[in-house]
Parts: sequence; C-alpha cells; structure tokens
Amino acid sequence: MTLLQVRDLDVTFDVMPRGAWPWTKPNKLQAVSRMNFDLEEGQTLGVVGESGSGKSTLARAIIGTVEATGGQILWDGTDLRTMSARDRRAHRREVQMIFQDPLAALNPRMTVGEIIAEPLTTHQPDVSKKETRKKVGEMMERVGLLPNLVNRYPHEFSGGQCQRIGIARALILDPRLVICDEPVSALDVSVQAQVVNLLKRLQREMGLSMIFIAHDLSVVKHISDRTLVMYLGRQMEQAEARELVRAPRHPYTQALISSVPIPDPVREAARERPVLEGELPSPLDPPSGCVFRTRCPKARPDCARARPPLDEVEPGHLVACPYQEVISPLDTPLSEPAEPVG
Amino acid sequence: MLAGRPAVEAAEQAAHMEPVKGRSLWQDARTRFFHNKAAVASMVILVLVGLFAAFGQFVTPWSNEEIDWALLGSIPEQGGPSWENRHYFGVDETGRDLYARVVQGTRISLMVGIVGALISVVVGTAWGAIAGYVGGRVDTIMMRIVDLMMSIPYMFVLILLLVVFERSIFMLFIGIGLISWLDMARIARGQTLSIKNKEFVEAAIATGVSTPRIIARHIVPNLLGVVIVYATLLVPQMIIFESFISFLGLGVQEPSTSWGALINMGADNMRNQTPWMLGFPLAFFVVTLFAFFFIGDGLRDALDPKDR
Ligand SMILES: Nc1ncnc2c1ncn2[C@@H]1O[C@H](COP(=O)(O)OP(=O)(O)OP(=O)(O)O)[C@@H](O)[C@H]1O
Ligand code: SF4
Ligand SMILES: [Mg+2]
Repeated sequence: MTLLQVRDLDVTFDVMPRGAWPWTKPNKLQAVSRMNFDLEEGQTLGVVGESGSGKSTLARAIIGTVEATGGQILWDGTDLRTMSARDRRAHRREVQMIFQDPLAALNPRMTVGEIIAEPLTTHQPDVSKKETRKKVGEMMERVGLLPNLVNRYPHEFSGGQCQRIGIARALILDPRLVICDEPVSALDVSVQAQVVNLLKRLQREMGLSMIFIAHDLSVVKHISDRTLVMYLGRQMEQAEARELVRAPRHPYTQALISSVPIPDPVREAARERPVLEGELPSPLDPPSGCVFRTRCPKARPDCARARPPLDEVEPGHLVACPYQEVISPLDTPLSEPAEPVG
Repeated sequence: MLAGRPAVEAAEQAAHMEPVKGRSLWQDARTRFFHNKAAVASMVILVLVGLFAAFGQFVTPWSNEEIDWALLGSIPEQGGPSWENRHYFGVDETGRDLYARVVQGTRISLMVGIVGALISVVVGTAWGAIAGYVGGRVDTIMMRIVDLMMSIPYMFVLILLLVVFERSIFMLFIGIGLISWLDMARIARGQTLSIKNKEFVEAAIATGVSTPRIIARHIVPNLLGVVIVYATLLVPQMIIFESFISFLGLGVQEPSTSWGALINMGADNMRNQTPWMLGFPLAFFVVTLFAFFFIGDGLRDALDPKDR
C-alpha cells in the first residue's frame, strides 16, 4: 500500500529584496521544484543534499508548516492540499517530525513530561492525567530515558538525550509517518549511531514509515530503503539505497559519494574522485537547463538548454541527466569494500 | 548517555523510583538573582517601603488630614520632626502630620507604579504576542494602532482629560493605563518574532496544537523574562510620571497626596526653613526608584538567556 505519493510538488517562497519598497514585486525562490516520489507503508525514504537544497522545505510541505504552491501530496490517495482544515488537523497526528537541533526543538520552559505529553493532550484531551503520565513513562523507557526524569527540564540533558525526548514526543501518538530532518547532524559522532539504531529499532517495532533527511549519504545508507538525491530543490537521482551507493549514475551523486573521506589513508590517496567544485548557485537565480551544470564535471553546452527529465534508466532507478552513465565502481567508504584489513 | 542493555535494565529498575525534581530556568534565575547583593538589598528596602505604606498608619496618632492647631502659627520653629508631639516627620505647611501624609502618599505612588506596570504586562504582552505570532495583516493593524497612540502627545491628552473631567485617581489610572502598555507591546512583539521561528514552535504547529494554546504555552512563557525586567523598570517610570503630573498640580486631589505632590509642596516651602517637608518625601522617592532600578538590573542579569 502506498502511504504517500508526492506529485510535481512545488514550493515557492516570495522573498523581498533588501530595502525594497512595499510595492516592488517579490523575488520568487523556488525551494522545491517538481518533486516526485512514492513512499510505501513501513518503508524508509532517505533524502540527501547539500545545505540549502530544499530538504527541510520538502519536509515542511509534507507536515504542512509551509504552503505548497503546486502539485499534490497524496496521503492514502487523498490530496492533503485540498483537504478541509478540520481533516488536516486530525491528519496531523499521523505525521510527526524529528528536528535537527535537539535542544531548540524543546520548549525550555516545559518539563520533559509536558513536552512528550503535548501531542497526546492535543489530540486526546479527554485522556486522564494518570493515563497520560503512564503513557509518557512507557514512551520514555522505550527511547532509553529514565522515566523518573519526567520533571526535569531540557537544558539538564545532553544533546543525545534531548533527541530521545524529541523522538518520544514524535512517537507517542503512534504516527504512521515520521520525518526525521537531519536528526543526528548536531550530535557527537559517538551518539549518532545510538540514535540511528534507536530509530531503526522503533521503526521496526512500531511499523513506521520514515523520511530520513541528511546532508551526506553515510547515515542514510544505513537506514533507508530508497534514497532520493536533491540539488537546488530539484531531484537528481532516486534509487534503491544500496543500488544508489553501489552504482550512482548522476554526476552529482557520484561527486557526493566521493566526497566522503575514506578512513584508510592509503586507499584515500589512491582513489580517483570527481570533486565538487564551486559554490552552490543562488536559489533565487538558478542556472538554466540542468541546475547542476555550473559545477558538473561532465557538463556540455546542451545542458543549459532544457531541464533534464527524470528518466527511469533501470527499474526503480531514476536519473535526471541524459548523459548519465555507470562509472567504474568507486572506491568509497560507502561502497562496502572487502572486510577492513586487520 | 544511556544506551544498550545495561541502560535498559537500569531504566526498568528506575521505573519504580520516585520522579526526580528538575531545575527550571526560573529556579536558576532565582538562584542567580539572590547572589546579586545590590538587588537583594533593594528587595529588602522595597519590602520595608511596602510595609511602611501598609502598616505605617498604625504607629501614629495623627491622620493625614488632621490639622495640629497648636503648631499652626509657628511651623518653621516647632513643626520639625519631634518625638514629643508624635510628629515623626514634622508637619506640612498647613500643620498636618507629615508622617501620616508620607504613608498615604507612598500608598498612592506605589499603587500608580504597580497598576501601570500590571496593565503594561497584561495588555502589552498579550497585544505584542498576538500581533507577532499571527503576523501579516493582523500584525500590521495592531502595530499601527500602537504607533498611532505613541505619536499622540499623551501628556497633553492626559492633562486635557484631567482638566475636562473631574480630577480623580481613577482618571489618573486610565491615563496611565492608556500609555503604559505601548512600549511593552513593541518589546513583546519583537521577542515573539524571534521565538516564533524556533523549532519547538514548529513542532507544536506540526502536532496540531491550536494557535491560542501555542501563544499561551510556548510564546508567552519564553517572553516573560524580558517582560518582567521591563515591567520592573516601568514601575519607577510610572511613579515619576505621576509625580510630574502632581507637580503640575493636576494629580491626586487633596486631602489625598502622593510623593510628587508632597515633593512639590516641600519645594515650595524651601524658603521658609522647613527642609523636612522636602527631605522626607524626596528620600522615599529616590530610595524606592533606585531600589526598582537595581532590582530590574538584577533580574536582567539573572534572566539573561545568554547565561544558560
Ligand atoms: N521561509 C522561507 N522564506 C524564504 N526562503 C526560505 C524559507 N525557508 C527556506 N528558504 C530557502 O529555501 C532554500 C532551501 O532551504 P531548506 O532549509 O529547505 O534547505 P535544507 O536542504 O534543509 O538545508 P540545511 O541542510 O541547511 O537544513 C534555501 O535557499 C532557503 O534560504
Ligand atoms: S545534464 Fe549536463 S550538467 Fe546536468 S548533470 Fe547531466 S551532464 Fe551534468
Ligand atoms: Mg534543513
């Protein structure tokens, strides 16, 4: 059963230039452009892209905190954009979000118990205090927090613990979809794996669907079933997660993968890598045709002409580049080399 | 960090433990505040001034309107502070007990300050938080109203009000209420705009929490630090404002009085060798204002979010 279908989704922001008069026309910033993907029940979709590529905006459009300006978001086949305000509100309990900055996502003036209980008290106001407290305690245990810490405040916890509080809040209503917006980027490396494993375990136990956003592929590869690569609000490539790191076809994906350093210095020095050069162009004035062409090592004059369509080059593998090719297996930490030596 | 098997087991055991009490940011702030000596001393002084206003009248046999006929002809010579005739602060120009008058004036002045600050906290915070959070056209209209009211020379309006209508404490409160919340509304709105973009507010919106509830539970509590600091600094401003009006002779009505009216009277009598008439009310006025400023300062340091 397809839980979520995103069709030609656009999100455009009106941006006023600095010092503009009130009557000047705002600039259009296309943060997400013609996005298409499906998410099956119980599956995880990874979304990868550099900072500013529109990943958070995509997430916000799905949870409904920014307005989509075009396309459809089909939830169980019904379009969220045309849903009545009332239905939309009720629908909010089915989709929850986990945020990048774990501390900023928690109200500093509320206790952990109040924070975790908020979705519950919002959607089920008639549940008794005792019942709420019990559920909060259970949820805290489930995410690895001591339930006797319910009366503490967020600033008394470490980053990893704060993220667990955020996870508990997101899961207390038994949602069907959880969107994780770079949930581990702000955490210490040692804690990242713990949080990712916790998410994986909870997903299995609760049968959740997930959208997992990250700026590099190393984390996404571990957790997602399919992966989608974004650049400047456009979709570059989409494939089964292992397939994507094993045989990336889009020049941008290839560059992304090769930018992950290999811990082994010998292999690191020996490998051949297309590097990403230059700056991300301004989203207010994206390059014509293929938006990646200003940084693409394989760009040719043709690329400026028209936006490349997202072609299915193999079953389930979509690429937005007519000149895509499989390159010789890249030696990267992601491509699962033979057992590490020693 | 908690993780892995042992932690889960620990969690199971801990499930039966008593909940631990947390330290809220308010408690942290209180601890910091009480480490600030000037602020604590000011707090003590304010409490004493408050007690003086509340119970000071019980200590003296004189009321604030009674004229001591015995002294009337010889106020400069015999009207000074004295234990014998129980005029602790002396008498005023018409032979009324100055101590009793200061007690009563303190009541009025404190009340004016506190009422003004309260109105500004309640109205200003709500106004600013709603305008800032809802945004768009509502924000524009609400803030234009504030701009408009600010651009009116309120002193002129207030004087007009006091001249046209009957001069009364009530009119004075209305006048003060009309202006005291304007700055607060602007401050609250500015703060709200920055809080509104925090992720915890987005989390609440995404969960489906209603707008009034978000304002009440997420915006206002995070606004309150700044609001409280500003309100403490507003109290002396209101007291000064009332004093100025009274100084013009437009404030409280005889036989009631206030610090401003008393200072005015004292200043008028400086030529008559009666320095106590100015000295006592002025001392109360200055000491209380300083106390409020020190407390405001202490609160600002204690509540400063950068210290977190
Ligand atoms: N509310 C907004 N108004 C105007 N522009 C916005 C708004 N939100 C995002 N943008 C712009 O949209 C683009 C995409 O932003 P977005 O936050 O979605 O990127 P991201 O991929 O999540 O980046 P990061 O990895 O830094 O989180 C950026 O250029 C950003 O400046
Ligand atoms: S279309 Fe051209 S510029 Fe774009 S990725 Fe392909 S080769 Fe590079
Ligand atoms: Mg983001």
